[in-house]
Amino acid sequence: MKQKPIARFEKVLKKFGDNVVLNEFDFEVYPGEKVVLMGPSGSGKTTVLRILMTLEDIQDGVVYIEEELLWHEQKHGKRVAASNAHLRKMRKKVGMVFQLFNLFPNMSVLRNITEAPIHVLKIPRKEAIKRAEDLLEMVGMTAQKNMHPAQLSGGQQQRVAIARALAMRPKIILFDEPTSALDPEMVGSVLDVMRKLADEHDLTMLVVTHEMGFAQDVADRVCMFDHGRIIEAGTPQEIFTTPKEERTRQFLNSVINREDTVTAPTVQPDRDK
Amino acid sequence: MLFNIPWNLSSNWTFAWSILPILLIGLEVTIKATIFGFLLALILGLPLALLRAVPFRIISWPTAVLIEFIRDTPLLVQVYFVYYVLPDYGLIFSAFLTGTIALGIQYSAYTAEVYRAGLEAIPQGQWEAAKALSLQTRRIYRDIVIPQAIPRIVPAMGNYLISIIKDTPILSAVTVLEVLNVAKIIGDRTFRYLIPLSMVGGLFLILTVISSVLVRYIERRLPKEGIPLK
Repeated sequence: MKQKPIARFEKVLKKFGDNVVLNEFDFEVYPGEKVVLMGPSGSGKTTVLRILMTLEDIQDGVVYIEEELLWHEQKHGKRVAASNAHLRKMRKKVGMVFQLFNLFPNMSVLRNITEAPIHVLKIPRKEAIKRAEDLLEMVGMTAQKNMHPAQLSGGQQQRVAIARALAMRPKIILFDEPTSALDPEMVGSVLDVMRKLADEHDLTMLVVTHEMGFAQDVADRVCMFDHGRIIEAGTPQEIFTTPKEERTRQFLNSVINREDTVTAPTVQPDRDK
Repeated sequence: MLFNIPWNLSSNWTFAWSILPILLIGLEVTIKATIFGFLLALILGLPLALLRAVPFRIISWPTAVLIEFIRDTPLLVQVYFVYYVLPDYGLIFSAFLTGTIALGIQYSAYTAEVYRAGLEAIPQGQWEAAKALSLQTRRIYRDIVIPQAIPRIVPAMGNYLISIIKDTPILSAVTVLEVLNVAKIIGDRTFRYLIPLSMVGGLFLILTVISSVLVRYIERRLPKEGIPLK
């Protein structure tokens, strides 16, 4: 992939108080790429997503989205902290699916999806509803469109949350452990939607997950995080079958042993298109 | 005789019957003081809660102190203050207005805490999801935060409504002819306290029961877990 990266981290420093989460962090994602971020909790992978979604600021370094500064602006030739207006503009390029879904409980499923397109993108109501219905069909939630989040299972809520993020037509969609709060039997339906998304859309996906089967099927690249660094990156096949780092091997073993529902990865036919 | 209405002392029953219209005039004042005081508390409480939540200490801290001060001083002191001290500074209010302002101020400190708790109960994830959708702050409050906060706020506000009803007799200290003051005057003039005071107790009971039924009715019509009732 020799195109320009759609998102780029350069020497990023992120601290929570004295706790350094990312240090001199470099990372690139290319348009249409599906990247899975793996690693122990506290290793910084979720922080990477939250910085891209502008939910966490950075202390040093720069982040670009489509070659444009995310957390900074150029003013009179100087680089200054981004204004709210700039952040709002940049935010529209990115969508996020949260571990705990975070649907708006006071709104119907349909309105959860149409709210932002109508009020942020200023899409006419009728058009927004039509698009929301298409998205609901894609995630298999058409029958529940007038229900409220509290009436849905976790898996159903997460599928609505995916539709809600897609309704904003983001260039990059971020998934922060989308299945880890779900009952085991709900995980499959959400992963199926995400697989469909990976096939059908020319969409850049960044997924924090420990679902190795999913990573195997979908990821162009798996990045293994430890202590705020990417210690190893490669195709799922490289990472899962011939990891170079001992730390990677340890982590994968612990994931496989913990979750019997995860099917151990097997070498699959080349999926390159 | 009070308010040009005479009483009939020939028997307990005729006495009670004859002073009822007099007490009802006082009750009307009580109800008005309650409504205005409560509305004032609801209105004043919101800016207090918002100022308190401002991330700048120079604003939030004095607000917190003010709220604490109002809450921790007796209502009667505040009533006297508005009635006897403010006129020295050119602020002269009628006795009725004095009472309702004091009630409103006292209870705004309580409603501010209710608003604050209601807003803080909105999970962080709701804010993050709204931000991730690029919704503007005004829109987040209007469509997400306030609709979710209201069902949490209403029950507590209902309790304060009933509490205000029961605090209105304090206004008699600054000559307001609310229902207790009226009953006391009747007692002073007839030397019969039992009947008017018992009737006042009964009237307050009726008032608070009606209010709590009303509050519960509103509560039941609020959405549960975000699901609106048909």
